[in-house]
Amino acid sequence: MEIQITLNNRTIKSNIEPDCLLIDWVREHGCYSVKRGCETSNCGLCTVLLDGKPVLSCSMLAVRANGHNVQTLEGLQEEAKDFVEFIADQGADQCGFCNPGFVMNTISLLRENPNPTDDEIRAYLSGNLCRCSGYEGQLRGIRNYLNSKNK
Amino acid sequence: MEHKDYKSVGKAYRKKDSMQLLLGKPVYVDDITPDNALVVKILRSPHANAIVKNINTDIAKKIPGIVDIYTWEDVPKNRFAIAGQTYPEPSPYDRLILDRHVRFAGDAVAIIAAEEEKAALKALKLIKVEYEVLEPVLDFRTAKDNTVLVHPEDDWFAPCAVGGDPKRNLVASDTDVHGDIDAVMNDCDIVLERTYHTKAYQQAMMETFRTYTSLDRYGRLHVISSSQIVFHVRRILSHALNIPKSRIRVEKPRIGGGFGAKQTAVCEMYPAFVTLKTGRPAKIIYTREESQIAASPRHEMEITVKLGANNDGTIRALDLYTLSNSGAYGEHGPTTVGLSGHKSIPLYTGNLEAHRFSYDVVYTNHQAAGAYRGYGATQGIFAVESIVNELSEKLGMDPTAIRDKNMVREGMVMDAYYGEKANACALDKCMEHCKKIFDWDKKYPVRDMGNGKVRSAGVAMAMQGSSISNVDVGSAMIKLGENGTYNLTIGAADMGTGCDTILAQMAAECMECSLDDVSVFGADTDVSPYDSGSYASSTTYLTGKAVEMACDDLKKQICTIGAEMMDCDTEDVVFEGNKVSTADGKKSVSITDIAYKTQVNSKYTGIGVASHTSPVSPPPFMVGMVEIELDKYTGKVDIIDYMAVVDCGIPVNPALARIQAEGGIVQGIGHTLMENVTYNAEGKPIESSFMQYKIPTRLDMGSLKVEFENSYEPTGPFGAKSIGEIVINTPGPAIAHAIYRATGKWYRELPITPEKIAMDLIKDM
Ligand code: FES
Ligand code: FES
Repeated sequence: MEIQITLNNRTIKSNIEPDCLLIDWVREHGCYSVKRGCETSNCGLCTVLLDGKPVLSCSMLAVRANGHNVQTLEGLQEEAKDFVEFIADQGADQCGFCNPGFVMNTISLLRENPNPTDDEIRAYLSGNLCRCSGYEGQLRGIRNYLNSKNK
Repeated sequence: MEHKDYKSVGKAYRKKDSMQLLLGKPVYVDDITPDNALVVKILRSPHANAIVKNINTDIAKKIPGIVDIYTWEDVPKNRFAIAGQTYPEPSPYDRLILDRHVRFAGDAVAIIAAEEEKAALKALKLIKVEYEVLEPVLDFRTAKDNTVLVHPEDDWFAPCAVGGDPKRNLVASDTDVHGDIDAVMNDCDIVLERTYHTKAYQQAMMETFRTYTSLDRYGRLHVISSSQIVFHVRRILSHALNIPKSRIRVEKPRIGGGFGAKQTAVCEMYPAFVTLKTGRPAKIIYTREESQIAASPRHEMEITVKLGANNDGTIRALDLYTLSNSGAYGEHGPTTVGLSGHKSIPLYTGNLEAHRFSYDVVYTNHQAAGAYRGYGATQGIFAVESIVNELSEKLGMDPTAIRDKNMVREGMVMDAYYGEKANACALDKCMEHCKKIFDWDKKYPVRDMGNGKVRSAGVAMAMQGSSISNVDVGSAMIKLGENGTYNLTIGAADMGTGCDTILAQMAAECMECSLDDVSVFGADTDVSPYDSGSYASSTTYLTGKAVEMACDDLKKQICTIGAEMMDCDTEDVVFEGNKVSTADGKKSVSITDIAYKTQVNSKYTGIGVASHTSPVSPPPFMVGMVEIELDKYTGKVDIIDYMAVVDCGIPVNPALARIQAEGGIVQGIGHTLMENVTYNAEGKPIESSFMQYKIPTRLDMGSLKVEFENSYEPTGPFGAKSIGEIVINTPGPAIAHAIYRATGKWYRELPITPEKIAMDLIKDM
């Protein structure tokens, strides 16, 4: 079937199988930042923004994005850049496999709530698993970023 | 011990790959390998123990897009091991690529090679298999000398004598005694005997197992794999496929986590076999389900500890018996078990007069176990630290005081640790430091919070090793580039731990240059110098030392070239980082000029190389303390604070060392409170996805605080010991202790779930 998705500001028409998942579609279109960690909507690694809202692309048919705007980390490099430096300073990037999903969801959190408390950060990102970092370094990084902005 | 100030070592630099990873660049196996490779899928046995009577692939092969399907009849008939260990491996050769006898629910029955995934998935359903279903061995307590044999075959082969006997379902067996254990035990005022049980946890690294294979321009097998052990993979594939090692090249890109899982060649053989058969590129990506049911989890262990002490808390004797469940194959079975005693008993070297450690490792029809961070030490420490907590509660002594009284201290010879001396040990300082930051004296007493909630605290110590003594080899090669910068090439594998960066920090320290002037490459069997790989807490300690030695080698060469250029003797010049000068400081040549000199009319390579091995494996030490809040009505345990102080010698990069510790603690919290691996009555695994296998989220770990107490390890690079594994060892015993304090009940089997606690507490209400 024919669909049309605006992927990172580029409108793409494509012919897909009805059961094509959004994660496979974005990866086929070069967005390799989007990772699959579980296939069962448990890990958050596959997070993309659909019309600005975070969704799990492993659990969504590509056809549902038909006519919509999809953003991946490839399209948000500038917005991500400032903030991820603070994660790097903590060494919390570790293996990095969970990073894109975590970064996408954090961007979304900060758009919704520019000054979250620690508990609000934990709650918003609770669907983003990370097996390496132990989460605390990610929290310190976000906190330091917010502090630097509020200076 | 005094040591000089370092410029690069000891600094919290960012990881060299940070920005690539954080900005989502394509750096992992599936991102960098072509999409048009053949899709490889595995048909897996639904039975825990069965013989493939008949297998018919005719219909499945007719599906458009199916290139071929292979069964046990198509693969080489020589047995091998997939454990990533130094040759000759202690693990038995008990595998075939595909075996007619399938030994766990999930064991491979057929390999499908397809043009696209859909065809492969369809073929999975259309292969007709007739099984002769056999009775499985599902309880590891009944495995030894069971009439059902997991490995009845006659070509089972053990390259090392480790006490295994497949006719008794034994992978390995041994006893180690020091002193007259029975006499000392009899003389003690108090003897406790308890049995502890830990489970077969999954590493659950976010990137599942995956490998890409193709034939390169010379017709050699080129393997790109998410692996911690490229050199071992090359050897394993050569054994499995019956082709010379010289025809194989293995490299790893960035790895999405390993924690030991990728110290076993879990999936490499399947696409490699397909590529050899078809001549075409092939790729296998394990689903999360496959990574849960056919992977290489921790060895389930049941450990019986007998502890002998005096009424004043002096611990005089420890006697351990470990029963370890290796599952259907023997990978890492004979070695993991050793750590359950050798890396737990020595913690109490202080007053220990005698110890005994014996074990059996058995085959069962469970998924085969493998290597997981901690590697047996975690299981042993859960048992030993728990029984010490039980002792202190019984004697009414503060558990930190009982440890102060008995713990190993710097300079002591550890009989239970191969007679090694603790050259660098700040365990006592870790305890003092941790007590202070945690506020132990205030938090140890149980506090009733009202609403049925109780707060309490627990403590545990831990140790590990740094590399496998007299076995592991760490290597490094450093090359001078023409602008006075360096390329560091290693065979160790950065799996997110940051070893590329810390090794570069060491090189920068030696070459007196900036970290940016050192580029790192690893790991590729065609390019890297031989390194055992990243496991056994070896990379910082062993490969780090090799970096130091390779730099010395290169510096000598640089000085020789400099001396020739200045027309003087090598002894008369000094290396000063960006230049080589005469001792009197009158003349000098820049490093750039020396580098260019290696490119014109030169007999020098400008390359320094070194390999290193160590006769000792210096233990890092650690103390962990936890405060929990337990809900007596629901049994729910919330972690409030987890604080730990680690002695890893000199931390090469304190930020990365801290994250290692925090990550390890959270994995340990998962194993203690929620993660479990169970099987149904037929031996099918239950926790086959992240729906059932719950790992901690950021709402499950409270807040963490990790600090360091430095010691200086004289045999390590810049005083460093290891950090990667020890960090997972304290949560089990510390949390179990806190739960006892809150409930009055000892939980000796993990995980300790709310259900277990609530069902017990209901009886008291
Ligand atoms: S892959 Fe989508 S949530 Fe895990
Ligand atoms: S960094 Fe490895 S899973 Fe988060």
